[in-house]
Amino acid sequence: MFGVIQDALKAAVLEVQEYVLLLKRVLRAVVTPPYYRADIIQQLDTIGIGSLTVVSLAGFFTGAALALQTGQTLDQFGARTLVGRLVSASMIRELGPVLTALMFAGRVGSGIAAELGSMVVTDQVNALRALGTDPLRKLVVPRVIATTLMAPVLTVIADAFAILAGWIISVTKLGVGSSTYWTAVVDGLFLGDAWQGLIKPVVLGFVIGTIGCHVGLRTAGGTQGVGRSTTNSVVIASVLVIAADFFLTPLLMRVLY
Amino acid sequence: MSSTAIEERRAPHPAEGDRPAVVFEHVSLAFDEKVVLRDVSFTLERGHTKIILGASGSGKSTILKLIVGLLRPDAGQIWVNGERTNELSEMALMKVRQDLGMVFQEGALFDSLTVGENVGYKLLEEGMPADEVWPRVEEVLGFVGLAEQMDKSPSELSGGQRRRVAIARAMAYKPRILLYDEATTGLDPITAITIDQEIVKLRDIEKVGSIVVTHQLRDAFYVATHEAYAEGREIRTRLAGEQKADEAEFIMLKEGVLAFEGNATELRASKDDYIRSFLS
Repeated sequence: MFGVIQDALKAAVLEVQEYVLLLKRVLRAVVTPPYYRADIIQQLDTIGIGSLTVVSLAGFFTGAALALQTGQTLDQFGARTLVGRLVSASMIRELGPVLTALMFAGRVGSGIAAELGSMVVTDQVNALRALGTDPLRKLVVPRVIATTLMAPVLTVIADAFAILAGWIISVTKLGVGSSTYWTAVVDGLFLGDAWQGLIKPVVLGFVIGTIGCHVGLRTAGGTQGVGRSTTNSVVIASVLVIAADFFLTPLLMRVLY
Repeated sequence: MSSTAIEERRAPHPAEGDRPAVVFEHVSLAFDEKVVLRDVSFTLERGHTKIILGASGSGKSTILKLIVGLLRPDAGQIWVNGERTNELSEMALMKVRQDLGMVFQEGALFDSLTVGENVGYKLLEEGMPADEVWPRVEEVLGFVGLAEQMDKSPSELSGGQRRRVAIARAMAYKPRILLYDEATTGLDPITAITIDQEIVKLRDIEKVGSIVVTHQLRDAFYVATHEAYAEGREIRTRLAGEQKADEAEFIMLKEGVLAFEGNATELRASKDDYIRSFLS
């Protein structure tokens, strides 16, 4: 029993060590040539444009549900007109970055892990190395750059769709005037909120990209291993997204407000 | 890199002299408790063939990965073209790999690229002008008889065709050493012979030294006992003369230990029980 626990702990420490080493190599590769510009552009397109629909839909329905729920609660205090303030503040500060990151972890993180995992088990990564290409620069760096840059862009889009959905619900279901809603949206926001809503996704996007690449490149055990890596990448990235958000929030609140 | 640069790289460096293409000196490797190779030593002379035989899991493919630098030995030394590779950094290994081509077990073609892009991958990566890359890609695909498949995706090819594309990819940048990892495993006899002929042609026409890892005796003996020759514009293969056949050496691995080293005649004459059971 003790041996099993010891082995599990050793494996966990090894994983963390390998992940930290990957982070170090990624950061070095980002600031030193060669760069694979075509691969970076391709990943920006695949990861960013490819996630647009799912992120927009998630934002839209979250904003709509949020407006419905908070409208009902605010009614108890006769403050229904503040629904716009609640939707914008909660989406931009918290729900937008986290929900987008979770959608991102499900769609992009799993895709990265599956793609790199398949390349590992079919020896394509070894073939790259044998052909004199560094897989870190060719495969990892473009994906990490794409997730880090696209996460804030997609978060802003999700926020916009959520606020729009909140407006539709407020006007059609809650009977709040259009100008009242938009005034509340603007009043409820501070510059610090906007910064928070942009900085968080950068960190979360970086976490999702690096976890997907780390798990994918450590795939072993054929097609079963690829399936395992895909699941692991989603689970690890999702947990880390929520944990990172928890630690980032007080830090950013202290710095930005 | 232009085609002239490739030719310059292929020309033996004066400092290389008669140094062998690959040297293994007392190489050992273990993964955790499992010993994969134990005290393995051999030498591959320039333009010669070394055929590594052995049962599955005997460490054959590991030898190729050690030569390319995909793995590092726990003990011993590895020399490739006079460079001690087991001491080189990943960056420094890139230079050594310019003169090495490897054909992986299942081909390991890049799914996201076409056949032509796979073959021209390294040339494009090294900055060769596109108007020089595509004629070269056509030339090597023609060499393996697949020139018309250039625009197809690897998934549209049969297993044998994928291996031949992998050979074309490995030879496109004209390395002086080619490593074949079970290039004929799982193929029908006719396709396997086609691959064997490509190996022989590359060795005898392009003067490429080769290490062939296989557990298929028929293919191993075909490569060892045949030679390629040019007849007009055609390249044909025939039974090799005694001297040529002696240039191909066999290595037999048994559980990570070198159990035999010698030519085809010596292998057939061996009285060792393991070798006899392997040959029977």
